[in-house]
Formats: sequence, structure tokens, C-alpha cells
Amino acid sequence: MNAKKLKKNWPVYVLGALLAAGLIAPLATGASAPGFFIEVAIGGLMSGVLYSLVALGFVLIFKASGVFNFAQGAMVLFAALALARMSEVMPLWLAFGLAILIMIVFAWVVERLVLRHLVNQEGVVLLMATLGVTYFLDGFGQTVWGSDVYKIELGLPKEPMILLQDVFDGGVLVGKEDLFAAVIAALLVLCLAVFFQKTPTGRALRAVADDHQAAQSIGIPLNRIWVIVWSVAGVVALVAGMIWGAKLGVQFSLQLVALKALPVVILGGLTSVPGAILGGLIIGVGEKFAEVFLAPVLTSKFDLAGGGIEYWFAYVLALLFLLVRPEGLFGEKHIDRV
Amino acid sequence: MKRKTLRTLAAAAGVVAALAGAGSALAQAKEQFVPVLVYRTGPYAPNGTPWANGFVDYLKLVNARDGGIGGVKIIWEECETGYATDRGVECYERLKGKGPTGAAAFNPLSTGITFALTDKALVDKIPIVTMGYGRSESADGEAFPYNFPLLGSYWVAADILVQHLGKVNGGLDKLRGKKVALVYHDSPFGREPIPLLQERGKMHGFELTTLPVTHPGVEQKAAWLQIRQSRPDYVLLWGWGVMNAAAIREAVATGFPRDRMYGVWWAGAEPDVTPVGADAKGYHALALQHGAGISKVHQDILKQVHDKGQGTGPKDEVGQVLYTRGMMNAMLVVEGIKRAQDRYGKKPLKGEEVRWGLENLTLTQDKLDALGFAGVMRPVTTVCRDHQGSQWGRVHTWDGAKWNFSSDWYEADMSILRPMIRKTADAYLAEKKLTRRDCAADVAAQGAAAKK
Amino acid sequence: MLYRENGQFKTSYAADQQLLPIVQDRFFVWGLVLLAFVAVPLFASDYWFRALIVPFLILSIAAIGLNILVGYCGQISLGHAGFMAVGAYAAYNLVVRVPEVNFLLALVVAGAAAALVGVFFGIPSLRIKGLYLSVATLAAQFFLDWVFIRVKWFTNYSPSGSVSTSPVELFGWVIDAPRDKYWFVLAIVVVMTVAAKNLTRGAIGRSWMAIRDMDVAAEVIGIRPMHAKLTAFAVSAFFAGVAGALWGFVHLGAWEPLAFNVNLSFNLLFMIIIGGMGSILGSFFGAAFIVVLPLLLNQIPEWFGIPLSTAAISHLEFMIFGALIVLFLIAEPHGLARLWAIGKEKLRLWPFPH
Repeated sequence: MNAKKLKKNWPVYVLGALLAAGLIAPLATGASAPGFFIEVAIGGLMSGVLYSLVALGFVLIFKASGVFNFAQGAMVLFAALALARMSEVMPLWLAFGLAILIMIVFAWVVERLVLRHLVNQEGVVLLMATLGVTYFLDGFGQTVWGSDVYKIELGLPKEPMILLQDVFDGGVLVGKEDLFAAVIAALLVLCLAVFFQKTPTGRALRAVADDHQAAQSIGIPLNRIWVIVWSVAGVVALVAGMIWGAKLGVQFSLQLVALKALPVVILGGLTSVPGAILGGLIIGVGEKFAEVFLAPVLTSKFDLAGGGIEYWFAYVLALLFLLVRPEGLFGEKHIDRV
Repeated sequence: MKRKTLRTLAAAAGVVAALAGAGSALAQAKEQFVPVLVYRTGPYAPNGTPWANGFVDYLKLVNARDGGIGGVKIIWEECETGYATDRGVECYERLKGKGPTGAAAFNPLSTGITFALTDKALVDKIPIVTMGYGRSESADGEAFPYNFPLLGSYWVAADILVQHLGKVNGGLDKLRGKKVALVYHDSPFGREPIPLLQERGKMHGFELTTLPVTHPGVEQKAAWLQIRQSRPDYVLLWGWGVMNAAAIREAVATGFPRDRMYGVWWAGAEPDVTPVGADAKGYHALALQHGAGISKVHQDILKQVHDKGQGTGPKDEVGQVLYTRGMMNAMLVVEGIKRAQDRYGKKPLKGEEVRWGLENLTLTQDKLDALGFAGVMRPVTTVCRDHQGSQWGRVHTWDGAKWNFSSDWYEADMSILRPMIRKTADAYLAEKKLTRRDCAADVAAQGAAAKK
Repeated sequence: MLYRENGQFKTSYAADQQLLPIVQDRFFVWGLVLLAFVAVPLFASDYWFRALIVPFLILSIAAIGLNILVGYCGQISLGHAGFMAVGAYAAYNLVVRVPEVNFLLALVVAGAAAALVGVFFGIPSLRIKGLYLSVATLAAQFFLDWVFIRVKWFTNYSPSGSVSTSPVELFGWVIDAPRDKYWFVLAIVVVMTVAAKNLTRGAIGRSWMAIRDMDVAAEVIGIRPMHAKLTAFAVSAFFAGVAGALWGFVHLGAWEPLAFNVNLSFNLLFMIIIGGMGSILGSFFGAAFIVVLPLLLNQIPEWFGIPLSTAAISHLEFMIFGALIVLFLIAEPHGLARLWAIGKEKLRLWPFPH
């Protein structure tokens, strides 16, 4: 590492040093209570899995159509509301199937009414269009399904498991619902991987994600592909909504978790599925560590009125990563042509 | 322009003007306007909706059963605030001048909006009734002539909770060394009880930890992991909207016993526990004097409003905790107007006049029973110095299907609260460069004016 | 026929470079300003001032600021409400601690503080581009939200976290009545609009636009990207800071940290997209649209006499708002300013068809 490189990249190294210092704080307290440290780490991983579920939807759509879909959160909410309300009058599996159909219809409507007319616009305009779709879906969802808190009964046991009680004082808490969520997410990623690698439609999607024009030139119908992509993202949103909804209850504020998934997408790279998953885990763990270990230190040192760091820490973490890798962890480097 | 077109246009203009004139003449009818600030959308809608339904149903009842207040019919208009301060202010500006004499009183149902409206209400001379919420220091009527935190606010709530915890432990001195965690909504509403809890903590020796939850409060894992680590004896929940159900869910997920959780009276209603189901059994909450259940006034509403198809919400909502609270709120406003009519006559009244009525409420138990509130409320008496009127409360517990009272009546210890209220009110007056009202002089002046 | 440059010859560089070279434009703009200062106060009601006109004016300042950053310099910012908050709290702290200070000075300090914060959060733009930059500005938004709730010094140790201010007093003129507030804000808007217009016409503005269009090529011909981007952030945040101080002091009077949340940022972005990016006039159009629309949507069911519950009206508002945004973007992605420019072009030919 010569002096020139150091001089050029000094902000990155300074920030890296700060980050490392920030990690020592939890380890210091963790050393005295390792069980709790592991507990927080596991809790963070579980949260991260849930964020990745929502982030997957973002990545899928961006990969295939170049649209940053701000409406993903509203889609999660809408799908969860549909599932919750319909499962009140029919068995869960039927409601799930119907919800999938509803999301496919939604995808078709969005493609027809919005995407088709905004084909060559710049990124910001498309982003704003999806924001408009978000507002519309908000109002529409609440009109059709209502604004109360609704339940999704997955039949899971809600009590936590306490493991390793003899090794650590108090044991390590692992939530059963969270474990189930992790398993579901893994299954979903597996299904998506199989879909993309083995089926012709999946291959077509990958072709479109690679290069729109080339894909069109070999005869892949772009519009139909976009409907398919949005439907798949809708199904992902439905699964995410089902799990979040079972955990937290389905209500309007559920869509705000999408704002938490944004740093995940950015950190992992806008076009990478493994990036979304890894990013989710990193953000989840980082967030919980910051809230549980860093916040009390800051509160006492600076006489703050309480913690609550979680909300911005994810963004700052993503920002710091971006300074090192401007396209995210696994995002593709874009080449500037003059 | 051709002559014929000109004549037709003039005739049309004349008709429109006549109609407008007639419209404004109609507006001079004997009606009292009551604005209703609600939130039926957004993260707080599950709790705001039953409150709003109770409020409006009671107004409808007064019109149907009593023919209005002293023969003056009540008219109202709802305005959606979504618990957002700027929309609340916008609703206030739009509705403050409506009706023949302007708005009678505002009920913002949000501490944040209350803060924003306090100064404006002083200038526009319209009372703000904040039953069970708002600024705790506004109980001092000398400093806040237009604020009415009837039945008490958050310092009263926190005080009652501490007293109850003392009783459960066999005495307030037994609280020494215990750990209490406050999980609160990160807003003016959530932060209100902290000064009193810290004060009481110093007095009785219990350790207070405060854990804020960012709006809307759906993500609480970090706070509850910290609770699992620090293992407090009690968790006080100061939440609103979806935060409450989320908190109870997290308590289940981290294995914190629900019967060691105590919610404020805004965290103790059906929408907070039913989404959690049977796991919420044993959760305690404060009851702002009333609980759930049907009493005479509910039966009146069912008969005179719902049976006639005029009900604002679903029928099975009548009798729920928040429905009753909205209803009580409306009752206090109506009684304030009624009392003001005693002095100013049975006609539509201005906000200034309603203020006098709210400041001179004497709702004895007989009066309350006659209105149908037997067993629901205790008497309320307001004077110039004390805009609170009553500082009683109880604790109720969820048994999986309904709320049952699990304690006697507690009265907040005003000897602790009064100096705190005075100090904070003085700070407010100094900041705003206002002077403290002289209650004795005021009352005397009013007496002289009444005699004229 | 009327709107022609025929016969308008310039004989000096100064005349050629003036802001409004065409005489008809000058008449129109001066007439508008006169109308705004004299005629509007005669006809508008207090409610209109409070609910419509003053918020519109204040938000247009913020929209101009955001337009400078997003429209002229091409850096996406989703956290401008955070900079507005910085301005509001900076002004509040100055006024509370130094009560004799002139409010105009407080406004300048508010803008300067916001500019400093803007530069700090703009540093990542030197390395990160495009949509990824939006996360930096969102980080600013959420971090600033948090700071103003937590660091008690900013709210003057208020236990509830809310702050409230007394009416602005300027050289003995107490700005309390809606009309007075309107004139005060209008004067500031005029000054800042002229400043913004001149900035974007000058060398700095051209360097911003060069960075927006082709940043690598701009660097090659000698425009320093760091200088251009950071000045864009600074100026943009300055405008936002001033707007934030005005929003808090003149419009709200009392506020809590949630008053400057991410929804306001999104609204500002909507304003410039609908109004037209890269256009000062567009900021005004967009601000008017976004301010008027919710109020209009609220009142329409009443006018038509359709009895809808408040919840239904609220939901309808959301739905119509979202649908209108999408419709607008489909119909005219360059915004209302483009429609205005097309109108002016047609006016030059009128009454001839071509």
C-alpha cells in the first residue's frame, strides 16, 4: 500500500477504521455476556432474512426492467391484506392461491397502464411513477380491505425457544416464528433459483435482464416478460407479507418496512439476488447490534433523550459500504461512456 | 354579447344570488357546530375509528333523545388528520369558523396536535378539550385558559400506575430496588410520563429504563431484546395504534410475562389485544375511569341511534373501551355547552362562552347517573385554577375475551403533581411572555357581569 | 402577433444579458409581481392565505432548492426535508438564545447551517452515482430526524420534543396576521428566485448542467466535479434551510421533529418532477399543484353533495393523487414547465398556425 493510494483513498480508510471501532464496542460488552451477544446476533439475522424477502422483490424488478419499484412495500401490504381478509372466510391455502392470482392481475394492470407508456424515460421518472402507484395502492387497499389490524394465522407456536441454557446464563432466545421465516425464505430463494436456471421463462428473464435490445432481437416479447417479472415480484411480496403479517399483524404501517429494505438493496447491489440476501443479513445484524449495544453508550455519553438508532443506522451502514464499493456488494459496475 | 344571452345570464345570476342569500339565511338557524377531528386512516386508525364513532354517536343521541342542547341542535363535521400535526392544524383552520357561531371546542385526539393548537386557540378563543391526553401542565387553568385536560393527563396516569404497583407489592416502600422499563412511543405523547416516573423513581427507589419506539412502532425487536437482557420487574407500555399489539406480540416472542405489563389507558383497548389473541391474556392496562361494557347510556344509543339505522360504526362496537371514551369526551363537551348556556342563554354559543362552561363544570354523581353514566365515571368539577376536574382511575385486565376491573379506584397524588404542573406552566408562560391569569379577579368580574 | 421580438434591438452587453430581454416578458412579470403584492391581499381570505398561499410560497423556495440539485446538477436527493429541518432548528436555536437578533439574520444563519450539513452529506456524491446516491440523502434524512429528537440541546431541553415560537418581529413590524405573513414570505421568495435564476444562468449553473449531462466529459474539459457537486449541494441546502425556517416560524408556529419527515421529501420531489426538472418556473408550478391538490380533493365530494365518510375521502385522495402523478408522468414527463414553454412558442406565432 503505497503513499499515493493512501492519499487517494484516505476517507475510505478512516471510515473503515471507525466501523471497526464501532464493532469493538459490542464485542467488549459481549465478552461479558456472550449468550446475549449471540442472541442479538441471531435476532439480527432473523430480521435480516425478513428484510431480504422484501428486497428480493426490488431486485427482481430492477434486474428485468430497470425500474426501481418503490411500490414494493405497498405490494407487500396489499398482498398481505388480501391474504388476511380472504383467509377469514376460506381456508388459508385457498386464500393464498387467490392472492397469487390477484397479484398477477395487479402486475398485468401496472404493465399495461404504467410501464408500457413510460418505456424510455429516465430512472427518476420511473421511480416517481412507482411512487404514484404506491399512493394509489395505499388508498385502494384500504378502501377494499379496510384499515384495521388483521391477523394471519399460520398455526405456528409463538413461544420462544430457549437453547443452551446450561452453557450461557439465561440461555439463547430463538423465536420459532423467525426460524420458520428463515426456512421459508430459503425455500423461496431455492425455488427462484430453479425457476431462473432451469425453466425457459426463467432463462428469458435472465436474457432480458442482461440486455433488453438483444433479447428483443431474438424474439423475446418484452411486455409479456415484464408482466411475468412483476407477477413473480408480487408472489415474493405475498410471501414476505404473509410472514411479516403473521409476525406483526397486517395493517397500513406494514409497508413502512419497505423503507427498511431499501438499504439492503443498495448495499447488496441493485441487480443481485445473493446481494439482497447477504445485504439483508448484514443490515439486520448491524442494526440490532447498533441499537442494543451502541445506543446505550451514545445515550449516556452525550446525554441523549434515548436510543432509537435503528432507523438511520441501516442507511449509514449502506452508505459506508457504498463508499468502498460504489455499486454495492455484488452490483455490476456501470461503465461511463463519454 | 346578444341582448337575449345577456338577460338570461343576469336572470341566472339573480337566482344564484338569491339561493346564496337563502343559504346564508339558513346558516343563521339555531345550531351549535362541533368539529370532530378524527383519524380513520393510517397506522392509528384501528384505535381512532372506535373513538370517533363513539363521539359522533353521542352527538346524534343528544339530538335524538334531548332535541339538542337547550333546543339548539348540534351539527358536526369530521376532518381526517391521520394523527399528523400539519393536517390537524389545517383541519383546525378550516373548521374554526364554521357554523353560526364558530366551533364550540376542539378535540384533537393527539398530543402533538394539541401542542400545535395551544397558541392558536388562545388567539382564536376556542377551547381545546384533551380528555386523558395533551399537555400535563395544562391542568393549570391560570396558565392555560383555553386547554382542558379533563379527567387527567399522563402525569395522572403514571402516578396511578406507580400507586398500583406499590399496592401490588405490598406498599410503595417495597418498590425499592425494583426495575421498571418504559416502552414508549417516540412522540410528545410517549415522552410525557417520563418526568413524573423519574420523580417517583427518586422518591421510592425504583430504577427506570426508557426504551423509545419509533413511529409507527411496528419494529420493536431491539427494545424487547434489551428488556430480556435487563429483566425488569415491570414493563409500562405507553403506545398508541399498532405499536400496542406489536409490543404484546414481542413480549410473547421474547417470553416476557404479560401479567407484568401495564399499559396506559391509550394502550388498553380491544384493538390492542385481539390481534394477539389468547396470548395477550393477563395483560393489564389503565382504565380512564371507565372500562368496557354496556351501561344505560349505551342502551340509549343502541335504541335511539343504531336501531334507527343512524349508527356511525358497527353495532358490536358499542360498549368497547375506546368507543366509550369517545362517547364520554362528547358528553363532557355537551355538558360544557349546557353549562355555558346557563349563563349566556339557550342559543348557539361562541367558543369563548363555551370555555366558561367548561371551566365551571359541576357534574355530580346524580347528574351523571341521570345522563346514564352510572358506574362509568366519577364526578367532575372544574374551576378556573383546575382544568382537570378529576384525577381518578382504575386498572383492568384482559382475560382473553374481555376486560375486567382488577383494582379499586386510585386518585392521583396531587401533592406531588401540583408543584410539577406549576413549575412547567411557569416555564411555558415565561417562554411565551404571557402573564398568569388572576383567577380570583376573573371570577369576581364574571360574577359582576352576570349580575348586570 | 403580440409576443414578438420584432424591433427590440440591444445596444449593450448588459441589455443583452438581462434576465428578461423581451419587453412583453418584462411587462408580464412586473405585472404579476404587482398583482401578487397589491391585488391578491385585497381579494384573498385569511383561510386562503394560511392554508394555500403561504405554504405554496414557502414550499416553492424548497422546490427551487431541490430543483437546483436534481434538475440542474442531476444528483438525486430524497432527504431534502432533513435540510429544511436543519434550517428550522438553527433559526429556532439562534432566536431562543439571542432574542434580539434580527430575523433576517436568523434566516441567513439557517440557510448557512443547512448548507454546511448539505455539503457534508453531499460528499458521498463524489464517489456514488445515480440511484445509489439516493441512499446517502435518505441516510441524511433519517439521521437528522433522529438528531433533532435525541440531542436535547436542539429543542432547548423541551421535555416533549416539540418547540414553539412566538410571531416573527422585524424592525418593529409584528408579522402575525395572515396578510403580513404573505407579504413577508412573498418578498423573500422574489429575492431568492432572482438569486436562483442568476445562479443558474451563470458559470456555476453551467458547470452544474455540464455535470448533469455528461460528468466525465465535463471533467475532461476542466470543470471540477467536486466543486460543482458540492456547490450544488450547498446552494440547494441553503434554499431548503431558509424554506425550513420560514415553514417552522411563519407557517407552523410550533413543530415537532416529525414535521420534517420523509413524506415531505417525497412531496418536494413530486413538486419538481411535476413542475419540470431544471426549470425555476417549474418549481412554482409543481409547488402549486402539490399544495392545492389535497385541499381540492378534500372539498370535491362536498361540492357534489356526495356523502362519503372521512375515511373514504382520505383513501380517495390517495388514489387520485397517485393516479394523477402517474398520468402526469405519462402525458408530460418534462412537467408543467414544458407545457408552459410550448404555450409560449405557440403564442409567438399566434394568430398564425405556423
